[in-house]
Amino acid sequence: MLIGMDLRPNPSRLMVYISPIIAVFLTILAAMIMFKFLDVDPIQAIKTFFIEPISSLEGLAELCIKATPLILIGVGLSFGFQADIWNIGAEGQLTIGALAGGGLAIAFYNTESVLLLPAMLLAGILGGMAWGAIPAWLKSKFNTNEILSSLMMTYVGLLVLGYLIHGPWKDPEGQNFPESRLFHDAAVLPILLEETRLNIGSLIALLVVVAALVITTRHVIGFQIKVLGMAPLAANFAGYKEKKLIWLTFMLSGGCAGLAGIIEVSGAIGQIVPTISPGYGFTAIIVAFLGRLHPIGIVFAGLLMALTYLGGDSAQITMNLPNAVTGVFQGMLLFFLLASDVLIKYRIRFRGSKRVKEPIK
Amino acid sequence: MSIEWLIPIILTIVTAATPLLFAAVGEVVVEKAGVLNLGIEGMMVMGAITAFAVAVSTDSSVLAILAGAFAGLLMSLIFGVLTIYFQSNQVATGLALTIFGLGLSALIGHAYVGKTFRGLPKLNLEGLSSIPIIGPLFFNYDSLVYLSILSVIFVTWFLNKTRTGMLVRAVGENHDAAHSIGYSVTRIRLGAILFGGTMAGIGGTYLSVVYTPLWVENMTAGRGWIALALVVFASWKPWRTFFGAYLFGGITIFQLYAQGMGVELSAQILSMLPYLATVIVLVLISRDKEKSRLNAPACLGRNFHASG
Repeated sequence: MLIGMDLRPNPSRLMVYISPIIAVFLTILAAMIMFKFLDVDPIQAIKTFFIEPISSLEGLAELCIKATPLILIGVGLSFGFQADIWNIGAEGQLTIGALAGGGLAIAFYNTESVLLLPAMLLAGILGGMAWGAIPAWLKSKFNTNEILSSLMMTYVGLLVLGYLIHGPWKDPEGQNFPESRLFHDAAVLPILLEETRLNIGSLIALLVVVAALVITTRHVIGFQIKVLGMAPLAANFAGYKEKKLIWLTFMLSGGCAGLAGIIEVSGAIGQIVPTISPGYGFTAIIVAFLGRLHPIGIVFAGLLMALTYLGGDSAQITMNLPNAVTGVFQGMLLFFLLASDVLIKYRIRFRGSKRVKEPIK
Repeated sequence: MSIEWLIPIILTIVTAATPLLFAAVGEVVVEKAGVLNLGIEGMMVMGAITAFAVAVSTDSSVLAILAGAFAGLLMSLIFGVLTIYFQSNQVATGLALTIFGLGLSALIGHAYVGKTFRGLPKLNLEGLSSIPIIGPLFFNYDSLVYLSILSVIFVTWFLNKTRTGMLVRAVGENHDAAHSIGYSVTRIRLGAILFGGTMAGIGGTYLSVVYTPLWVENMTAGRGWIALALVVFASWKPWRTFFGAYLFGGITIFQLYAQGMGVELSAQILSMLPYLATVIVLVLISRDKEKSRLNAPACLGRNFHASG
């Protein structure tokens, strides 16, 4: 073999931060090759994808709107991923959160109360938690694989949404479209920036990021989660309750996803529609990894991924490319990131160079 | 008393079960080798669009099947290289494979929306296929149905009776021991992963070329994940995936018939059945912690590095 790999004595801290940059760079390179194959001018395509969408104030506001659910869900998922507990059903938890909160808006239609919005947000969080509680309960009680059960519940959650808007929650004056009625003003999140759709939801997301930062760096829960992921036996010896952590991580991630859902429907959308999320729950998995499972990193990763959504839309409008390009982009980014992450634990050795001796442990 | 009304139902159950069976049998081999590939959905959907594109442009079903299988193989090659040579986390890589596959298939499929294909010809044996009841039940399917059943038999034989099959299982149970007595863990695992990808690709092919011979975005609709659940359901025994796949095929078809017969439940509620059934089956199978630990390959999901 021309190239070999040596295990580093300690994981490289530097590479933890360099690897996402390498991944982004390689993704753009690969995307340019892909555009070449699609007979599109690569430079023009990259410009349409990454520069045009954010070259206006309105574009920047849209970026924040799209980044908000990604950051919220990404932060929530990062707890579970650190503990090696895999909630991949955030999309379903987002949907049920949106339905729980949005249901309040429909039930109290035209009620002018300052309490309505806070109640909707709370209902959203609880809805997401309730949907996350199913896989958490099944895993802690029956040892059921949480990856599969949380994903199956996502399909069920999307069907619940379909049932409600085709049936009981359909807008009575909506000419039979499968949509709820538009929420009245008291059930819509206040706008932060005039002339844009940027709403208070983005501020709420920032607050959640700060809270997550405190938990991960200053609270014993954050420490326990990390130990469980890195050394389950040690966590066991130290007396951390695995079941408690399963519940905790699912409640955190489910609650964040539910909050993201209600912010979507009571913010940018303003009603319940058949497609509440273009796959935020799945993209947030990439966001969590790209952000190194750290709240600050997740903010940057969320903004970048939000840009791929906007880029997909703008490429569809101006260059007539199908917006599925966004999914290809996101998948490639995660591939390159996972590949570059090898540099954290391993050192690349070329033939001829001397094998680095490991210190005696 | 005639049971002839049952025959068309059974025929549709078989076609609903076949894609699941291909994907699940492939994944049994992958997981037996100690690798958890969560990207079945992505490999299936790429198999589906590639096969459909080739079917429409060449009008050859053989080429379509080969192309679908090859697309699955290429997808699994990405997974294999990342997890084996780049030591990436298997769960995350599998998810990436699914996200990537769904995106790329939608991109390629853009040009094929609204086209149709004639499907695969049915087996027609002089005499046999025309026997009442037995003929249509056993001798009147397309070639892929028979291939899926042959593959169950082949994989059962391969894992239990052949030397290579035992090596696959050894690598899955204890990769360090297999490595220390001189077997190439990486090569065996890569082989298993590629086999699983090929099978998932054929499963996807069945969806777009036979089951519903047209292209719809995300047409796998979670079947890749159900196939993963089937592997757990089957306790990693290939022949049991057969029963699992037909059980789920049955639930899917029951749900469609119930909708057709005007059951007083909305279409959405009935469509939840296969997903809820998957969860219930998972609970029943994994309830006994000790037993499910014995069944699962011991090194499942753990990466191997020779110097580590």
